[in-house]
This record gives sequence, structure tokens and C-alpha cells, in this order.
Amino acid sequence: MKHTISVLLQNKPGVLSRVTGLFSGRGFNIESLSVAPTLEQDVSCLTLVTSGDNAIVEQITKQLHKLIDVIKVTDISETEYVEREMALIRVKAEPSTRAEILRICDIFRGRVVDVSTKSYAVEVTGTCDKVQAMIDILRPIGIQEIVRTGTIAMTRASKKI
Amino acid sequence: MKITGAQALLKCLEEQKVNTIFGFPGGAVIDLYDEILATDKLTHVLVRHEQAAVHAADAYARVTGDVGVALVTSGPGATNTVTGIASAYLDSIPIVVFTGQVPTALIGNDAFQEVDIVGITRPCTKHNYLVKDAKDLVATIREAFHIARTGRPGPVLVDLPKDVLASRITFPEPQDVRMRTYRPTYEPHPGQIEKACRAIMQAKKPVLYAGGGVILSNAHEELTELARKLDIPVTMTLMGLGGYPGTDPLSMGMLGMHGTYYANMAVANCDVLIAVGARFDDRVTGRIDAFAPHAKIIHIDIDPTSISKNVKVHIPIVADCKHALTSMNSWFDRTSDFDRTAEMEKHQPWLQQIKEWKAAHPLGYVEKKDVIKPQFVVQKLHELTGGNAIITTEVGQNQMWAAQFYHFNHPRAFMTSGGLGVMGYGFPAAIGAQMAAPDRTVIDIAGDGSIQMNIQEMATAMQYKLPVKIAILNNNFLGMVRQWQELFYDKKYSATPLDVAPDFVALARAYGAVGLRATKPSEVEPVIKEALATKNLVIMDFVIDREEGVYPMVPAGKATTEMLLV
Repeated sequence: MKHTISVLLQNKPGVLSRVTGLFSGRGFNIESLSVAPTLEQDVSCLTLVTSGDNAIVEQITKQLHKLIDVIKVTDISETEYVEREMALIRVKAEPSTRAEILRICDIFRGRVVDVSTKSYAVEVTGTCDKVQAMIDILRPIGIQEIVRTGTIAMTRASKKI
Repeated sequence: MKITGAQALLKCLEEQKVNTIFGFPGGAVIDLYDEILATDKLTHVLVRHEQAAVHAADAYARVTGDVGVALVTSGPGATNTVTGIASAYLDSIPIVVFTGQVPTALIGNDAFQEVDIVGITRPCTKHNYLVKDAKDLVATIREAFHIARTGRPGPVLVDLPKDVLASRITFPEPQDVRMRTYRPTYEPHPGQIEKACRAIMQAKKPVLYAGGGVILSNAHEELTELARKLDIPVTMTLMGLGGYPGTDPLSMGMLGMHGTYYANMAVANCDVLIAVGARFDDRVTGRIDAFAPHAKIIHIDIDPTSISKNVKVHIPIVADCKHALTSMNSWFDRTSDFDRTAEMEKHQPWLQQIKEWKAAHPLGYVEKKDVIKPQFVVQKLHELTGGNAIITTEVGQNQMWAAQFYHFNHPRAFMTSGGLGVMGYGFPAAIGAQMAAPDRTVIDIAGDGSIQMNIQEMATAMQYKLPVKIAILNNNFLGMVRQWQELFYDKKYSATPLDVAPDFVALARAYGAVGLRATKPSEVEPVIKEALATKNLVIMDFVIDREEGVYPMVPAGKATTEMLLV
């Protein structure tokens, strides 16, 4: 089963490699990972999507917490939460397909952020599933490049992590 | 007043009450060595290989119960410590390793003798640091010692660029280390203690399974109290030997792959298993679904990740072993419906059963008239030292025979590389142990293969006049691998015969030590007696039965009840 885990960690050099090293060294799976500073200047928040049975996820959270630079570990998929991912998708744009691309963009509430004579780059945000859906729809038109952020997530209000 | 980084480091060591360190100099740490020469508060033991410095610091920590310290230079000096660090990590031994580093301005430039040792040792240290700014030096060192010795102990590495050691800083006043993120749990949850004690009271066939955590937390007295209060038989892991008196009637010795028949049978049939400071290593459990299949499992461990990692635990207790056992003992003392006599009575059929198992398959070996059996050598070492020596071992058959036949009655007297299984650990460890306990007899039980992995340390032992005794169980084989080849690979002895070997007696003499040899059983006792009477480094070369095996043995991947017996 998929789990979204939120990790607060000290913003120090090498911390990210401690986290990723833990996953590779112990054979845990990382589906996506994103990290950036929080309100507190020297604290970062890392959102990690992983999968495994309950015993594995329990080990993952415990092992993460054991890292000296880790402040807090929350398996937020156990509570109500919101998640977002962003993707930039460069899609082949010919006169015959331009309108179609714009229409798809509209449906997914995406935006065109770059235009050339041969392509559009569109931006889309949403759950991982939504982003994937848009990619699947655009694929037949001809996707040239995709950059995705990985999931970020936050528990719903009053359940602050 | 400003002092140099190197001076500050030595002040930190003094503050941490470190008076012995093991090391090897080099360009990056030359400032430190310059200061070491100037101080009389610190004994620096010059090893001949950096790996040995770490093993020696490891054993020093095990004997004293405090943090062991090693100091090496950058690059190859640092990489040579990795085996020692990984071994200390798997055995949870508190050490701090200082490595030199190229000046900060050169870091990342592939400078001479530069290596990213913090990156290399990240997976095998409890934590590690690169001190980039001299003003962080003292706080980092204090934190390093704090992390190494608290919670589940472990190795911490501090990487020190040359310019940081040379720069001038103000030494900050001593203060307690306060960390936002790292707060180990020492006290057990009272509700869990009650649950565990109730489960033990309901048991008819309980077993205590004690690991290295008992020794690390100095909980042997509390463990002994609990076992005797309820008449519970005790088995120990390799790392737990000495945690409970080995010659006590309740002791079943070691369990697992080369554990006793009765310990493994007891675990397989028990109804409550109380694991104390043990981590259900695969060498202990064998096939996991057949391990203690009928038991409710209680697990005391300070490290939450150990709990339910390999075996599903029914009653977890995250706490220091000593605190948890103290709580359990006092729970039994004050609980009105606990009747000690009735409890002990209830366990008698179980103890009787274990006695029968023990009588059916005691730990033993087949004696031969003209050939020395290694088990006989270990038995004689036990007898002639009154069981009071500090024993270190290398890894392999020698290690298992030592574990089986030197019945440890005291904690902190058996040092072995349990988790990583490092051939070459025993002799440097013996050096560290002898530095920590100059008045004790220290014996390295070795194989002819593994002693050669750090044999250069004979020079170290000679330099510091350490009267370590090395007992080589010499079968001209890499014996444990040979045993596996014999049993599971049709006796194809690929790369295990050590036909070319030094004359260990002559080698001892070459170093200025004493070399003795026994080739017949009748020579064993005189050789040991002579060695023990000698105030010098001694190699005892015991030419043993070439094809002797370690038994019982559980083949890898089998259930621990599927033992090959003698």
C-alpha cells in the first residue's frame, strides 16, 4: 500500500543523503521525494511517498526517526490530508493540435507557460493521479519532455504535523 | 585566551575523561600529534594499521563501559577505519573516531589523501560530522561523545580539516549537550511492564533470551535477579555471553546456529520468550517462522527499530535494559498476587525437561588420544585462568569454540565481533582490553587464518609491553568455511587450505615475543601454564585436529531445532 510520510529535519548538509541512503541501504522503496525549507529557517520538510506492508512502513518510520537530524516523522496517509504534485510537460504543438492541447489544459486547469513554433510547455498541479491523467491524455499528441516535482502533502487543519 | 583547534580537541578529551586513545599519525593530523607530544594527560597508543586502532578502541570501550577513542589521518587512514567502525556499529559499541581531513579550501578538489569519509561512513555510524568551521569544533565533539554513549550506543565519526585544527578559537565553557532531535527513551512504560509481568506469571515454560544490550546497560545483576526470582532458564546470544553467569544451573549457554541443543529446544518449545537487549539476529533465529513458534514474545530494547524488525513482538518495551528489568523486579516484589514459591514450582517440569535435553545432548566433542581438540584447548584455558580472563576472539571456528567452552561468568570479559564478524578483530581488541585492564589476563583465541589479518599489531603490543596471550587454534585451514564446504559443498575445499603459513613460534621470536607450540594433548596444559606465567606477549600455537567442526550446527536457513549434532 502507498504511504505518504512527512519528515521534519534539521537543515544541515548531508541530511538528504542520510535519508536516501537509509532507503537504498535497507532496500526500502521511494516513489517520490520532495524537500524544501519550512517556516523555521533551519528546519526542512521532506515529503516521501513509499509503499510496503504495515511492518515495512513501521520500520521505515522508526528508522527515519532514528536518524539524529530528524525531528519528526508522520505517516500522514493515516489521517485526512491534502496532496499536490506539479508537472511541466512539453508537448508537440502543430497547427492541427494546438486547440486540442489548450482544451485539455483548460479541463485540467493547467497553464501554458512556454510557447515555441513546435511545442507548448504546460504546467499542471494536482494529486499525483490527476497529473498522471493529464499526461496520459497528452501522450498521443506527442510529449517531448516531462518534469515532475513529486508529491508534497499536508494534513488537514487542526491536524498539524 | 585563544587556543588552537588541536589544543581544544585535547581539552575536550580531558573533559570527557578520556585518557587513552589509539591512533596513527599523518599529514592532516600533524597539528594534533604535535599537541599530544606536549601533554602528559593522554596516553596515545601507536598501532600499526588504522583498522586496529578502531578495534582496540572498541574493546577498550567494552571493558571500561565508557567511550573508546581512535585518531587517524585523512584518506587511506580514514578508509582503513571503516571495517572497525562497521563492526562497532553492528555491535552497538560506543566509540568516537577522529579522522583528519584536507584543509577546507581543498575539500572536493580530489586533493592528496582526500576522501569523503563522512559519506563513506554514513551507513555504518550512529552519526558523523565534518567540522567545517572551527567555532563549531568543541560543540561538535561534545555532541559526538553524547551520541556515542547514550541511547543505543554506537560509533560516531568526526572529520577534522587540517585548517580547523590549526585555527585559533576561544574554548567555550563546559555545558550539557541539549539536542532538539535526539532523546532516547530510558524509562519503560509502566503499563507495558505490568503486561509483561502478567504474561510471565501465566507462563509454564518461560525462557529469558539475553543479548549484548544486557552488558551495554550493565543490567547483568538485574537479569540474574529476575531469572532467580522466578526460576527462569536463561540463554544468551554471542554478544550476551557473560550477561548471566555461564556456569549457573539456570544458564543454557548460547542459542542459535552454534548454540546448545537444549537452548534451541527450549526456545522452540517455550510459551513466553523474554528478549532482553537482543535483536533476533538471523544467526540466532534460524528460519524465522520456526523460531519460538508457541511463545508470546516480550522484547525489551532501547532502540524502537529493533522491535518487530525480524520477529513479531507481542509486548514491546522500549527502554534501557537495566531500567526495564529493575521495574519488572520491583513489580514482582510489590504485587500481592505474585507467589514466588508457587511460581518456581510451576516451572519445575519445564526445568526438568531442559535437564533431560541437556543430558541427551550436552555440549561436547569426541576426544582423540594423539590429536589436540580445539575444544579441549579452550576448556583448559578456562580451567587454568579460573574463568577470570578477558577473552577476545577472531572470527570463525575459534570464535564459536570460545563461546561454547569458555563459560563466561562475568560481563565485559568476552569481546568478539558479533554482528559484522571481522576476522582480525581479536588481536587488536586484546590490545585495547589490556590497555583498559592492565592487571587482567587477556587472551585472544584465534585461528591461523584470522590472526594473520592484523598480525602486524604484535609490534604495538611489544611497544607498550602488553602481555597479551594469543592462542592460535591452528588447523591450516580457513576452518569455518572449510566446515561449510565439507557439509554443503561435497568437500570441495576451494581456497580454504592455508598450506603456506608462517612458523608462528619463530614469528613471535622475530617480534621479541615468546612463541610456544603444542602438538599433542599432553602439551596443552604445560604450554598454557608457561604462557600465563610469562610477562610478555606470547603466541601459543596449538596444532589441532585439521578437520574438527563446530557442533551443534544449524544449517543456514533451517529451523533451530534442525541441528547437526556431534
